[in-house]
Amino acid sequence: MDSHTYIDLDHHIHTTLPMEEQKRHRVEMREDVLRPVRHTGLIGKVWIVFLIAVMLVGAYAYYLQLKNGLKVTGLRDYASWGLYISNFVFFVAISLVGALISSVLRLTNFEWHRPLTRIAEIIAVAGIMFAGLIIIIDMGRPDRILNLFIHGRIQSPIVWDVIVVSTYFVSSALFLYLPLIPAIALCRDQLTNKPAWQRWMYKFLAIGWDGNDQQWKIMKRAVSILSVLVIPLAISIHTVTAWLFATTLRPGWDSTNFGPYFVAGAFQAGTACVIIAMYVFRKAYSFEKYLTDVHFNNMGKLLVFLSMVYAYFNVNEYLVPAYKMRGAEANLLNDLFTGPYSPVYWGVQVFGMALPVIILLFKPARRPLPLVIISLSVVVGAWLKRYLIVTPIMLHPYSPIQNVPPNWSVYFPTWIEISIVSASLAGVLLVITLFSKLFPMISIWETLEGEGIDLEEMDNQKS
Amino acid sequence: MKEENENNSRRKFLKFGLLAGGATIASIGLQKNIMGETPASGEKIKVMTPDGKLVEIDSTHLEKSGVDLTAYNKELRDGIAGKKFIKVIDLARCANARKCIQGCQEAHSRQAPVEFLKVIKMKETELSAPYWMPQSCNHCDNPPCTKVCPVDATFKRKDGIVAIDSERCIGCRFCMAACPYSARSFNWGENWGIAKVKADGDASCISPGENLSNRMGTVQKCDFCPEMTSRGELPACVQSCPNGTIFFGDANEDVVSNGEDTFRLSELLKKRGAYRYLEDLGTEPRVYYLPPVNRQFPFEEDTVKHNTTE
Repeated sequence: MDSHTYIDLDHHIHTTLPMEEQKRHRVEMREDVLRPVRHTGLIGKVWIVFLIAVMLVGAYAYYLQLKNGLKVTGLRDYASWGLYISNFVFFVAISLVGALISSVLRLTNFEWHRPLTRIAEIIAVAGIMFAGLIIIIDMGRPDRILNLFIHGRIQSPIVWDVIVVSTYFVSSALFLYLPLIPAIALCRDQLTNKPAWQRWMYKFLAIGWDGNDQQWKIMKRAVSILSVLVIPLAISIHTVTAWLFATTLRPGWDSTNFGPYFVAGAFQAGTACVIIAMYVFRKAYSFEKYLTDVHFNNMGKLLVFLSMVYAYFNVNEYLVPAYKMRGAEANLLNDLFTGPYSPVYWGVQVFGMALPVIILLFKPARRPLPLVIISLSVVVGAWLKRYLIVTPIMLHPYSPIQNVPPNWSVYFPTWIEISIVSASLAGVLLVITLFSKLFPMISIWETLEGEGIDLEEMDNQKS
Repeated sequence: MKEENENNSRRKFLKFGLLAGGATIASIGLQKNIMGETPASGEKIKVMTPDGKLVEIDSTHLEKSGVDLTAYNKELRDGIAGKKFIKVIDLARCANARKCIQGCQEAHSRQAPVEFLKVIKMKETELSAPYWMPQSCNHCDNPPCTKVCPVDATFKRKDGIVAIDSERCIGCRFCMAACPYSARSFNWGENWGIAKVKADGDASCISPGENLSNRMGTVQKCDFCPEMTSRGELPACVQSCPNGTIFFGDANEDVVSNGEDTFRLSELLKKRGAYRYLEDLGTEPRVYYLPPVNRQFPFEEDTVKHNTTE
């Protein structure tokens, strides 16, 4: 075995450990990551039941919406897009982080990304899944969804969105699945006391993995191809989502800045989501050994950088038009800066963007607990920001709003919309939770490879 | 249609529509309903048979409601051949009588809160004088709404009309977001803003591709009353305005009429300094406005709130 070395971000030089040591590491890690899959504690069970309950309430609300039409929502002719659409944008946004952590950091050789790839990728898959669902929920005629294929017009940004969202979903799912195959095989071999359906599932999904030379090669090859492919896809999915707004003539959306502005915001929000997930998994599944303070520190730095980039696009998006204060746009900006939306607007800009940059510049703030609190504030801010991008613009059309029922000139979501949106958020969390109860949340081979332990070599020596 | 409107210019206007467009609707009616055994009323109506002959039939043999228009989507999507419909609104004549809204609602079997047409109080600056401005779909020649439709459910016809196929619409409301004139409205629930259909059948103007009973969750808007114009009548809003504010006509014939006066379109636009709403957006509206100069009525504030309940 040739003794190769590599340098990680913190310039620690690893040299190859003796084989016995490597094998011991592997078994140890295998037990650590399989533990949450073997047992689910009471808190875990209560959490799952809670999420299912929230989803059931949402399902009932959707049943009412299907039966009575969208009049059960707070949407009307002026605010014809609202909570559903802003939630859709939020889900698409957080799904971009899969590409960021698993691809960008991977291709730029930031070795510390290794234990985070699976967390990022499941957030991406769950996010994009519910983005697709929520857009169907927003439709007035979901029964006619096939019209998109029968009568689809390629000139419509919605059709672009259907194409990129489904493509990104498939590639993210593959990007999650392919590096997971060795872990599925491990579950198949180790978790023999699980129910029959689960064992069958492992056997089916492991597609006969036995760690031979060719299997490792194909898998690694496919993963590196995907990691390149996923980046343009991720950028296009959120750019196209931005174009749903930017291709209109509405003051506030009619902006050439919208694509990069959305992508920058998405990377920032997604990174904060990964930090929260890291924190929860570290606590709940005792992953302290793998999700170390170094990882939090690095993710904190990444969040500072991304928040700065996002702030740059915000300056372009708000301050440049504010300098000109052109007609219809001025009404909107005044309402955002000093009008009825100003508490939310400034709250989001300060707690979701400005403060994270300032606070996270200091190293103590990048310890897990303070970092996760700031990340929570970023995620809440990101969600509210999408609301601000959709609703106030709908309520500031060129033509004055006159002679309409009073509830038409304002927008406030009804309990139906709130329950459905809560259910979709619960759905994302449930997908992530159930996934973590079926599969190891940290990739063994990727993490150990980062420590200079090559499982491919090890497997092939064995055979 | 009111008796007093039946003057020469009007008849001239009526002719083109009857000859050009009557065929589609009438022939469907004929095929389906001429076999009926209803007693004759004595009132004769001219219709065109599928092979192009003009025949007179008894009015009771003609039934318009429940006609499956979707089978004729091709014709309905293309529009009336040779026509370029256009509307001119003379702001000097508008006194906020709101009869156009009422007429529109009646013709389309709608009621509050659905208004395809709104009369908006406009006041550009602190110093400028307020005026009333009827606004509805501008049937743009560069329509932002049809561009974004994912399923071609809203489309531009050759006769200038931007129409909606409510049988195809998936209710994504992208067209509503895209329309800078807020001209589109949505069927938020079952029979949303639908007035009771009259007992003696359906007197309403049904848009091409519109299905009265299956419209929940789809978008709707002003349709330039193609069913009425194809019968040779002026759109409902034009007919119901007591002040002759709204003119309608054909740009190819270079003529517009409000039912009383008929003008050469190009001359009227030139002489009266016509403009289009939000011209700089480049949507190329097919609705022209004549500025509110030399007004026929002094501006009066509205004392009543309209359309206040859902």
